[in-house]
Amino acid sequence: MSADVSGDAAVIDEGHLHADPGIAGSAPVRVHGGPAATPPLQAQPVVTIFQRGAPGRRAFSCPPLDVPPVELESVLPAHLRREQPPRLPEVSEPEIVRHYVGLSKRNFDLDSGFYPLGSCTMKHNPRLHERAAALPGHARLHPLQDPERSQGALELMWNLQSALAEIAGLAHVSLQPSAGSHGELAGVLVSRAYHEDRGESRHKVLTPDTAHGTNPATVTMAGLEVVKLETDANGGIDMDDLRAKADEDVACLMLTNPNTLGVFDPNIEEIAAIVHGVGATLYYDGANLNAVMGLSRPGDMGFDIVHFNLHKSFTQPHGGGGPGSGPIAVSDRVAPFLPVPTVARGADGSFALDYGSDVVGSKSIGRMRGFHGNYGCFVRAYAYICSLGGDGLRDASETAVLNANYLLAKMREQDVSGYLPLAYGELCMHEFVLSGGPMKRELGVKTLDLAKRLLDFGFHPPTVYFPLLVDEALMVEPTETETRETLDAFAAAVGAILAEAKDDPTIAAGAPYSTPVRRLDEVAAAKQPVIRETM
Amino acid sequence: MGLSRYTAITPDDLDAMLGAIGVGSLQEIFDRQIPAGVRLRRPLELPDGRPEQDVYEHLRELAARNTSDEEELSFLGAGMYDHYVPALIDMLMERSEFLTPYTPYQPEISQGGLQVMFEYQTAISELTGLPVSNASIYEGPSAVAAAGYLAKLHNGRRRLLVSAGLHPHSIQTLRTYSRGYGMEVVEVPLRDGRTDLEEWAAAIDADTSAAIFAQPNFYGAVEDAQSLSDAAHAGARGSGSATDAGSAPVVVCQVDPITLGILRAPGACGVDVAVGEGQALGNRLDFGGPSFGLFAAREEYLRRMPGRIAGETRDVVGRRGFVLTLQTREQHIRREKATSNICTSQALNALAGVVYLSWLGRRGIVELSELLLARTHYARETLAAIDGVGKLHEQPVVREFALRLDADVDAVRRRCARDGVNPGVDLHALTGRDEDRGGLLVAITERRSRADIDRLADVLGAALAAEREATVTAAA
Repeated sequence: MSADVSGDAAVIDEGHLHADPGIAGSAPVRVHGGPAATPPLQAQPVVTIFQRGAPGRRAFSCPPLDVPPVELESVLPAHLRREQPPRLPEVSEPEIVRHYVGLSKRNFDLDSGFYPLGSCTMKHNPRLHERAAALPGHARLHPLQDPERSQGALELMWNLQSALAEIAGLAHVSLQPSAGSHGELAGVLVSRAYHEDRGESRHKVLTPDTAHGTNPATVTMAGLEVVKLETDANGGIDMDDLRAKADEDVACLMLTNPNTLGVFDPNIEEIAAIVHGVGATLYYDGANLNAVMGLSRPGDMGFDIVHFNLHKSFTQPHGGGGPGSGPIAVSDRVAPFLPVPTVARGADGSFALDYGSDVVGSKSIGRMRGFHGNYGCFVRAYAYICSLGGDGLRDASETAVLNANYLLAKMREQDVSGYLPLAYGELCMHEFVLSGGPMKRELGVKTLDLAKRLLDFGFHPPTVYFPLLVDEALMVEPTETETRETLDAFAAAVGAILAEAKDDPTIAAGAPYSTPVRRLDEVAAAKQPVIRETM
Repeated sequence: MGLSRYTAITPDDLDAMLGAIGVGSLQEIFDRQIPAGVRLRRPLELPDGRPEQDVYEHLRELAARNTSDEEELSFLGAGMYDHYVPALIDMLMERSEFLTPYTPYQPEISQGGLQVMFEYQTAISELTGLPVSNASIYEGPSAVAAAGYLAKLHNGRRRLLVSAGLHPHSIQTLRTYSRGYGMEVVEVPLRDGRTDLEEWAAAIDADTSAAIFAQPNFYGAVEDAQSLSDAAHAGARGSGSATDAGSAPVVVCQVDPITLGILRAPGACGVDVAVGEGQALGNRLDFGGPSFGLFAAREEYLRRMPGRIAGETRDVVGRRGFVLTLQTREQHIRREKATSNICTSQALNALAGVVYLSWLGRRGIVELSELLLARTHYARETLAAIDGVGKLHEQPVVREFALRLDADVDAVRRRCARDGVNPGVDLHALTGRDEDRGGLLVAITERRSRADIDRLADVLGAALAAEREATVTAAA
């Protein structure tokens, strides 16, 4: 079977011409023995839109003035007016198109190749969702349109709330938060409000040392204090540490399950009992929900609050850093504190925005943002749920876990595990974390070098140096939408890079070679920040 | 395990894969990891999966039950506006290379997205007259709340002063956040449609962490930004701060970026931080999101900014390139000491923003602003001349204005809707303020021609007359 390796041909510059990834059938990344050539994109000058164009050029034709002209000074006095126009580009439409299409070619993307970025769930983004979201009835609908004339949108939101509630095993959903970390903030504020309503001022939030950085950052923004929990030898929460730290000052435990090591905490039932035993709430970071949809529900595990990342588990495209969407689902006891508005269905079957009813949101923490949330993301996530159905969601999670375990097994076959051992456990859920410690010590290749060398093989590297407790961590999440051939090719590429490094570790250290730019100086960028074009 | 149209594991694949893993069944993988007590033993209660065309039809049918701006003559605004989005933005946003990557953690293969961020930051700095901009945050109101947090980190004081002219969603969001980070919100009322300068100045003291106003404000009025900034800065100096002597409150202005073609830039009016809703710049309405929030500031706030920032650098052979920079502010490095918890923001929407600003261009943004100004002025005068309609305030307006109707706004809006016209936002319904009863907020974009405005005048006039008659009849 030929390996399905995508991406541009790797062209290695002088000194690395004999480097051969050695993947059977992987012609696209084969390094040829001819004279070294500069990859075409490296030869292009880097010019910003502000450096293009010429005075007088334009892409915009302003509609003609069809009302009587106004005397500026009388309608807008000079001290309120701008003195000089902002120095925006002066470019024609074709120049804009060439410029941004040119920039797009300097990006790697999910539609072009494998993207096993751990904890980011880079699964295929169906184009149906883009088509549906672009329908004028969705895309040109004003958020303040009257409810009776936006029933389709409200019904969609209500259906999505209901589906997310079923998936989470928690009955009440607010779609408001704009992304995962925004959902976290909403959730921690809900937890805080719940305790305050009971006359308790609890100030501690427990977070494991494997937690995403957003968890502790959120706790601080919510005015609470982070207390770290240790991880045990199996990759779960250290139960002794939890018992020692769980006291009446604890408002909440924030947990990702499976966690960022890809480990489903075997003690989850006991953890829930301990946390609830001291009167605290249990918060589920849904970044890794793709492992358990239809298999195990946070609500059934004992969680009170869950956030979803619609841009992960429910395949809203990530856009190079957003938009996202981070709805939260909660249990009955914290439902009165949900952010508003939510969508409610009336007795007559019509839908309305609900700013706090007898159950949901009656003691709401308030709004997390303007209007109703990232509706465009709701359309896409809802389309995905409709396409897959309940069984399809479970199949997606099962396949995601299967693919992760298979890729892990293939890496072992490639003789990778001596250099890149699995950090915890034997099997994994939807992702796994390898330690590059032995690779660094024995081959002189850091995890960063391996990641950069993978770029020459046409792959997006896994997440690196996270979680922090794993030495030289490499966090791999293949997702369910990849073929076996792609997983084979990726494992082969990692094997090839290690084999190459045994001969010459400097190749990886100097990588990448084939990308639009080579390794970039991030230290210099931070030392003297240049964050806008000079004009 | 089934085979969906998005997965590719055949029964043969499955056998081979289970063999490689060394387990007898897929079930075994889960049985060995998920405790029996928390396994879901039934199918999810969701409708069955459906073919692509069926899902499309379902979503089309839901869309058809909404009345979009395609189907009525709409003057709705209040934070989101029906500006024309040029076709090239659709094309660029749908390109795989912009649509489907994650946040640019590997800069060597993300130069396109990173350069877009750098260009976006440049454009926002130019518009706002402030030297540093981040690469976007979620949207307008939460950007205001993020500015409140920046002020807390900057000077450690406990009070946020807000003008009642801020969008109600901004005030509400600020209240939600500030209860978390432990600050109190104090509202300064309006006088004649603008922030009451005397009350504003009087409210500034040594505990004031930030002073926040909107330009133009929620009621469409152009504020005297310079005077508000000066008063905030002078007020604090006069009172002398106990916690941070000599330092004034952070002056925050929520801007509508499309008005900055004609309104004085916040940076030229003494403002320290400009935030705002970016939707008007090339983004769709999308029933309220996704769009983007802009966040720009003076240099001294750079290291407390929330969100991603792209910076210029060189690669090992000296080629120009871009990276995410100043990451020691961010949650993935600093964890509980981060300046914000934000991770995913609104990169794709910010791309639309910078492409839109390039499309408008240096001259276009001024021409567009002047067109909006003239049409807004025309619409305000035309509508205010109708029997039963008055101006809510006499302040200068540039793209939106508030009226007072002498009839029930909800009933009048319903009558207009029957004629295919949405005359604007019912102010009281949105703010809940008593003084906003009878208020109607009317927004103008370049898509609303003089003929459209004249039609609005006809329909609104007729609706008011009919409503008056109905009220009289009912009373009799």
